[in-house]
Amino acid sequence: MGMKVVVMGCGRVGARIASILDHNGHHVSVIDLDSRSFRRLSADFSGDTIIGTGIDEDVLRAAGIEGAAAFVAVTNGDNRNIMAAQVARLVFEVPEVVCRIYDPVREDTYRRLGLTTVCPTTTISAQILDHVIGASGAMAVARGGEG
Amino acid sequence: MYVIVVGGGKVGYYLTQSLLGEGYEVLLIERESAKVDSFVERLGGVVLAGDGAEAATLMAAGAARADVVIAVTGEDEDNLVILQMARQKFHVGRTIARVNNPKNERLFRLLGIDVTVSQTNYILNLIEQSIPEASFVHLLSLRHADLAIVEAKITETSAVAYKAIGEIEFPIDCVIVAIDRGPHLIVPTPTTEIAPGDDIIAVAHRDHEDELRRLLIAS
Repeated sequence: MGMKVVVMGCGRVGARIASILDHNGHHVSVIDLDSRSFRRLSADFSGDTIIGTGIDEDVLRAAGIEGAAAFVAVTNGDNRNIMAAQVARLVFEVPEVVCRIYDPVREDTYRRLGLTTVCPTTTISAQILDHVIGASGAMAVARGGEG
Repeated sequence: MYVIVVGGGKVGYYLTQSLLGEGYEVLLIERESAKVDSFVERLGGVVLAGDGAEAATLMAAGAARADVVIAVTGEDEDNLVILQMARQKFHVGRTIARVNNPKNERLFRLLGIDVTVSQTNYILNLIEQSIPEASFVHLLSLRHADLAIVEAKITETSAVAYKAIGEIEFPIDCVIVAIDRGPHLIVPTPTTEIAPGDDIIAVAHRDHEDELRRLLIAS
């Protein structure tokens, strides 16, 4: 039995997540402001596509957020992801909410506030630092470097 | 008092100008450097270039000693994050948001923003008030307490007309504070009788505003 998952943002990351989940038998809705973004989805994608912004409760409802097991916010806008994630968690009480935040300071702030966050800036820096300085603590260095 | 305004659109610009005129210490934060240059020419050195949602910008603005931060950009998600960052990282005591989508007013308060201002709702209220037939009008929302000040016009056929206030069963958290009767403003007591033509001013909790509306305009 597949889960219901709502993905906001159909860029490279969003389209990939949605396509993989769909391929694995989950019920996926993808939200994006630009209908052309949906071309990034795999050819056999069988989920729903919704044009709109995920910071609008009505758009989230249309995407089936009520009863969704997970919500993933991966647009290019940190603030949009943060706001949509809070709406998903507080208004719709979605059990699993994941939010991408590029700015490490904002990521740290909202992680402390209880959001599940992913910061590409920190993780990619850590991977590269790992190659450059080979330190096992590259992740800590990457986080710490932001002060 | 030190006020930080974020967002240099028309609202942000005129707000900054007005606050400066009132004698407040004000700093306007704007992202676009071209706009910043023009603002500095017109307002003086009270403008900072930067993204108000970034902690480094708020730090440079001295957010830690700000009494109020006001976010008035055209994007609700930016206004929300700017003010949450101001509160979480700099412990700003008072946050005020411009809300572009009126549906977001409730959400913003749920997310800890002290005051929300929706131009759309404000204009809607003004229109309601200027329609003479409107018999129940929302005049003002009071911050913090979810209270509203409302006005109801009583007609000959109103169910509450000719009744004493003490006889009427009001919804909970609703109270009549004044009756505007022609040239007189009456402060009501339980024996005050409501008359046709009265304008009743009441304070109501948002949750019971509709109940009060039904009671006062029912015939």
